[in-house]
Amino acid sequence: MPETAIAVEGLRKRFGSVIALDGIDLEVPVGSVLGLLGPNGAGKTTTVRILTTILRPDAGSAHVLGIDVAASPEKVRPKIGLAGQYAAVDENLTGRENLIMVGRLTHQGRGVVRTRAAELLERFDLMHAADRVVKTYSGGMRRRLDLAAALVHRPPVLFLDEPTTGLDPRSRTQLWGVIAELVNDGTTLLLTTQYLEEADRLADRIVVVDDGRIIAEGTSSELKATLGTTIVEVRLEDASSAGTAGEVLSGVGTIEVDDDRTVNVSVTDSGRAVVDVVRLLDGAGLVIDRIAVREPTLDDVFLRITGHKTEEVPA
Amino acid sequence: MTAVADGLTLTWRNLLAMKRTPEVIVFSTIQPVLFVLMFRYVFGGAIDVPGVRYVDYLMPGIFVQTIAFGAVGTGVGLAEDLGKGLIERFRSLPMARSAVLAGRTTADLVRNMFVVALMVAVGFLVGFRVHTNALAMVAAFGLLMLVSFAFSWVFALMGMAAKTPEAAQAAAFPILAPMVFASSAFVPSDSMPGWLQVFADHQPVTAVVDAVRALVLGGPTAGKVFAALAWCVGIVAVFAPLAVARYRKTA
Repeated sequence: MPETAIAVEGLRKRFGSVIALDGIDLEVPVGSVLGLLGPNGAGKTTTVRILTTILRPDAGSAHVLGIDVAASPEKVRPKIGLAGQYAAVDENLTGRENLIMVGRLTHQGRGVVRTRAAELLERFDLMHAADRVVKTYSGGMRRRLDLAAALVHRPPVLFLDEPTTGLDPRSRTQLWGVIAELVNDGTTLLLTTQYLEEADRLADRIVVVDDGRIIAEGTSSELKATLGTTIVEVRLEDASSAGTAGEVLSGVGTIEVDDDRTVNVSVTDSGRAVVDVVRLLDGAGLVIDRIAVREPTLDDVFLRITGHKTEEVPA
Repeated sequence: MTAVADGLTLTWRNLLAMKRTPEVIVFSTIQPVLFVLMFRYVFGGAIDVPGVRYVDYLMPGIFVQTIAFGAVGTGVGLAEDLGKGLIERFRSLPMARSAVLAGRTTADLVRNMFVVALMVAVGFLVGFRVHTNALAMVAAFGLLMLVSFAFSWVFALMGMAAKTPEAAQAAAFPILAPMVFASSAFVPSDSMPGWLQVFADHQPVTAVVDAVRALVLGGPTAGKVFAALAWCVGIVAVFAPLAVARYRKTA
């Protein structure tokens, strides 16, 4: 058993004139979770599609459990599971039939498939809907079934491409619980996401991608240490006073001037910081319109690392 | 071996889906039934085919028309699957690459079997009779199934090129209409102007309709059946590899 589950070196891919991947390197140890964080169009899905043998790279190499995905895709496929951002389940089949279909396509015995399907339906809280057609499922149920389908053949390496995009907060939290359990069982996971919070919750290491390139990587706490854990967002009453406020607050944390009346201060101790911000601004005679404390978002990460906000690029 | 098993698994999946959406089958039979009624009772009286009752002349044409238009479903189904991301999953599974196409064309063969059987019953209701024997009728049915399978590959290729189910549906009509109507399906080709007759006499729909007609009505049969079989084999030989190549490339 190799110690590296996923090894990617210098991966490049272009579609016509669009460069999707411009040299990606990744290394995911067996049993760990890598979060690939980035906006739409960053190259996350392209990376996953290459690793799951759906696409061939133009250059560079990709290995899963030591097997070259481009040279021996048929040897990689039995070892991987894929759940995508579009729940790839058949709407006209029941939940159980979907799992049985995948079980047969992965060449397991009929009895084994039936038992495994029931076990997964139970585990993903779908037993009550097992024999209903998927058309009647909610978005969250579809995603859970999609994830279950990726696990039918017990793959040691799992790829989840934006597993919670478009889900309501409750379904998202529920899915996170399920994924966390899988990881506890020792599955190696590569997860792509647009949500910093999701990467933070699930991943051991986070790689931030933009425009087909890696722009930052580290553990969640390493990234946070450079970003500050919390952001105090201050909106001022007077337009064009943000610059002055930025100077006044420079001792509290890292300053980002968002527009002419909004300042974001990244801090590590939010309780202390709010008091300081209010006191300093008041002392400088600047009137606060609104003040809010929030977790950093992907936008904040990007603003810090790249100096620009995430741009919506069609995926 | 796994290729056959995987193809059958997807055939099972497609048939289940058809069972759950019976409206698709209902709609795919409404059109040919309307054609039967129209040609039997509206136009039929004005069409004179020497030496044969028009209803007996018509029904083999209707069977082939039903199959030709039914084959469009293969392309529509594939385009639907591609759009939904289901094929993305299939590509990442350790299954045979041919299974998606084989499963679709086989399921559509079963669907067409059902629809043609229904149309035979409709034919009998409006006065169609087999003039040869039961064995020849079974042979005609078998030939129709082969035609169904062959046409499915043509539309499988089109469905993957079309990308959306709507486009697959729309793209089929301009191809099918001249093939089906400029053939011997509804009227003898010698009633057409010379240039059209040349086209009508040298295209697969006419070849197949003539063979089925010979099987159920009698007369010289072997040459016609051979020509129809040759068309079917030729179509599969050209379009199946093209469709599989296209499937491999479609990302």
